Amino acid sequence: MADAAHHNDALIHARGLTKRFANLTAVDAIDFDVGRGEAFGFLGPNGAGKTSTMRMIGCVSSPSGGTLRVLGMDPVRDGPRIRARLGVVPQSDTLDTELHVDENLFTYARYFGLPRDVARQRAQQLLDFVQLKDRARDNVEFLSGGMKRRLTIARALVNEPELLLLDEPTTGLDPQARHLVWDRLYRLKQQGVTIVLTTHYMDEAEQLCDRLVVMDKAKIVAFGSPRSLIDQYSSREVLELRFPIDATPALDKLNGLAERIEALPDRVLLYTNDGEAAAVAVHSRGLRPESILVRRSTLEDVFLRLTGRSLIE
Amino acid sequence: MNGALRVVEHHLTVYRRTWKGSVFMSFISPILFLAAMGLGLGSLISRGPVRTVDGVAYLVFLAPGLLAASAMQSAYVETTYPIMARIQWERTYEGMLATPIAVLDVLAGEFGWLAFRLALGSGAFFLVMLVFGTIHSVLAVLAIVAAVLTGLAFAAPILAWTASRRTDQSFALIGRFVITPLFLLGGVFFPLHQLPQLLQGIAWLTPLAHGVALARGLSLGVLGPSAFVHLAVLLLYAAIGIVAARITLQRRLVQ
Repeated sequence: MADAAHHNDALIHARGLTKRFANLTAVDAIDFDVGRGEAFGFLGPNGAGKTSTMRMIGCVSSPSGGTLRVLGMDPVRDGPRIRARLGVVPQSDTLDTELHVDENLFTYARYFGLPRDVARQRAQQLLDFVQLKDRARDNVEFLSGGMKRRLTIARALVNEPELLLLDEPTTGLDPQARHLVWDRLYRLKQQGVTIVLTTHYMDEAEQLCDRLVVMDKAKIVAFGSPRSLIDQYSSREVLELRFPIDATPALDKLNGLAERIEALPDRVLLYTNDGEAAAVAVHSRGLRPESILVRRSTLEDVFLRLTGRSLIE
Repeated sequence: MNGALRVVEHHLTVYRRTWKGSVFMSFISPILFLAAMGLGLGSLISRGPVRTVDGVAYLVFLAPGLLAASAMQSAYVETTYPIMARIQWERTYEGMLATPIAVLDVLAGEFGWLAFRLALGSGAFFLVMLVFGTIHSVLAVLAIVAAVLTGLAFAAPILAWTASRRTDQSFALIGRFVITPLFLLGGVFFPLHQLPQLLQGIAWLTPLAHGVALARGLSLGVLGPSAFVHLAVLLLYAAIGIVAARITLQRRLVQ
């Protein structure tokens, strides 16, 4: 029910989708649709069921229950036919460390049955696209983490997929490398590629996703656009107060200053539509926090509100 | 089957990088063994009271046995750590399975590639045998086939085992308690009938004794109807191993 409007045209259609392992329900009856051209995100902490969901969409894990259609086909029966039209960026790189950068792309293109000349041509184009042209003849093991990630993304594009699945595309990358990856993904989206990604980074979801679902403990706990989720579950602004160690005032001293107050181990968050005004009010009550920060609400606040925990613990 | 060819093509691409060293090794090892054991030890035997082993010079007796045994060792080496790497350490299979390639293609590709590698290694061994003068008939070339089958009879069950493991702890144990004892006691260096009855019985339950008997029979040109039993045992081990590997690899990669 994430969005019924996309139902007929959906590239991915899931109802009551469930994945059970021996003594664990990894995905518990989730519903969602992903429409053509969309960038769709699964947001949640580790162990929320994101990767299990991605593996079912990628036809390498069969659902234990519910309905799943990918590109209008049944992933259990039509796995190879679906995978021919998918691009998959797995959570950890599966590059061939024994091969050169360009050989990685060439070999992968051959897995899809592309003729040799097409495979060679596509490898060159993609090296250009992910800015690895000057590393074409290098061994993969000498690439940085960010370069490996870009190569993995390039590899997932060799078959010109209609649907690109990315499982935590930028986990473990430094900020510069992350922005480069985001930029390439944004270009793909502009070109009309449908993107489904998982992440536990709020800023990544905000940057890339048109719509997202928030997963926690195998279930979908909220869905919508990043903006609408913030509107629905958080205030416009957040006032962050950091007090000296052992000098956090009793919370009732802050009563009435915000719509909602959240005390974290290291700081106190005041959810309000006017952070500046709240800050002034804090001062006028004689409280002297060590630092004060007014910021806009983010998806992190949404997650905190929904689950009572931060995303990365 | 197209998918299996893609898997073979992948291995071929990697092999183009490493073939020189591997070809060098596949000549060096038989030369050393045949020189040390065949010529060195053989010259002692030829001066002894019996002079021959099972009616032939020791070198001639030993060479086809070593041929089969080295196929067994290659099969063991290729189906333990490298397969674990492709499943778990390098995740090569995960990458393959995100394309139209299916688990059955991976398996068919692996065994196809392995048969090719075993044929190369056994072919090199056979050339060394030629140079050492242990080959006297054209039919002896079929000993290469016997060696490849011996390799596959080990490769398939070991691959099935590897795919069911989460760690590499057991691999060294397989080497120590299966491969090395078979190499030493499985009829390569001396006739099996020298062993106590019980050990003879055990040896005949394993594929190596049958592979050695088949390779030796073909090489010496003295095969009887028992050849069909040897062939059947090798094929049986390979077939059971392939079925088991299909189950364990499927369970491991697609869950």
